Amino acid sequence: MTDAPKRTPLYDLHVELGGKMVDFAGWEMPVQYPMGIMGEHKQCREKAGLFDVSHMGQVILKGDDVATQLERIAPSAFTTLKEGKARYTFFTNENGGIMDDLIVSNAGDHFFVVVNASMRHQDIPHMAKHLEGVEVTEIFDRALVAVQGPSAENVVGDLCPAARDMKFMETLVADIMGVECRLSRLGYTGEDGYEISIPEDKAVEITRAFLAHDDCEPAGLGARDSLRLEAGLCLYGNDIDNDTSPVEASLTWAMQKRRKEEGGFPGAARIQKELAEGAARKLVGIKPEGRAPARQGVEVQCAEGNTIGAITSGGFGPTVGAPVAMGYVSAGHGEPGEKINLIIRGKSQPAEIVALPFVTQNYKR
Amino acid sequence: MTTYYSEEHEWITVEGDTATVGITQHAADQLGEIVFCEQKEAGDEFEKGDEIGVIESVKAASEIYAPLDGEIVAVNEILEETPGALNDSPEGDAWIYKIKLADAAQLEDLMDLDGYKALIG
Repeated sequence: MTDAPKRTPLYDLHVELGGKMVDFAGWEMPVQYPMGIMGEHKQCREKAGLFDVSHMGQVILKGDDVATQLERIAPSAFTTLKEGKARYTFFTNENGGIMDDLIVSNAGDHFFVVVNASMRHQDIPHMAKHLEGVEVTEIFDRALVAVQGPSAENVVGDLCPAARDMKFMETLVADIMGVECRLSRLGYTGEDGYEISIPEDKAVEITRAFLAHDDCEPAGLGARDSLRLEAGLCLYGNDIDNDTSPVEASLTWAMQKRRKEEGGFPGAARIQKELAEGAARKLVGIKPEGRAPARQGVEVQCAEGNTIGAITSGGFGPTVGAPVAMGYVSAGHGEPGEKINLIIRGKSQPAEIVALPFVTQNYKR
Repeated sequence: MTTYYSEEHEWITVEGDTATVGITQHAADQLGEIVFCEQKEAGDEFEKGDEIGVIESVKAASEIYAPLDGEIVAVNEILEETPGALNDSPEGDAWIYKIKLADAAQLEDLMDLDGYKALIG
């Protein structure tokens, strides 16, 4: 990418708060603040962390039958998605691989979609091309802020009482400090929390108001990654990509029964075959027994010494207090409890396959 | 006893023909919270520039490169159980190796404290 990195409406605030800025998917984003990744991670598990996720793509879909059109490019059910509800889904390609994962919300007179920062350039044209009769509008004048953690309800609810009554995967428009914001009760940390879409000219003021709460501290991309990894949530480009199918990635929970049975989405042939017969590999949790973190690309061997897969995400889990990882292993392997070996810098290190997530998800059901 | 510094952000304190080697506070601060340190064993010999260990922080893995030719005579074992000591006391208790110098003339290629301060700005 040759363009200068872009800045979100909160850039100056990050710098003021001591954020260490790095280039991420073409955006200048804070990887951490003075508290440090470990502290920010624990803050989010115990109280609340605030993340700037304005680099993600916010998109409005308008048309007579957006839901039906979306079902042509994503394998979840949208015609039954009620107003005020959000759903995790993904775009699949003709080979049944995953083009990107995203959140789709039924906002009543339109659908609201949030896609990964790194895939905006692909997803917007993809939707514009395939969603017939749908007006696809990318939003450039709103920040997106995530407040995550057990105190998120108080941090957000103090400024927006309507937020308290929301449940996991619900979305609504509400007033915060005199401004119309879209709140969605979801996130990417395994904790309760909200993602809040805020007009850019009010983003700093509202963010400061959240941070003024005793329980809320800013958190960067470093903590976001360790939190989502402990929560067993996939990162597009690491754990899922154009080659991995939803069956391999254990994401079939995001495909409702009718969609599994009827198909009618790109790559349905492969995905339905894998649903019936099993996939050639599957994504599993992996817990190294020693202290050495196993990072992306580390080879996974079975007890007999044959290569059975590779790590796709790995690092240190601050809440677990030990290294944690996810990776693919071939069919016939992958039952929790299976002993494996990880080849880290040429040395074989013992590890065990475990059920995901590594920490209990604390959603407001 | 003289302390030298390498461009790889290591400090090397020399007494006779033995040097104690660790990473600088600046390096530790840049790495962030350290969660793992992989060390070679006493008796291992190496040449300047060889990889002689790895430090992993919550962010990433970083290699430790030998600042000189030599042989490891002692390994700081506290780092195996408490790698975080590298953040708290990188220029003190959390030294990484004691090494026997093979060629003391190589010390001339290293920096003194003023030179190192200039390097890190």
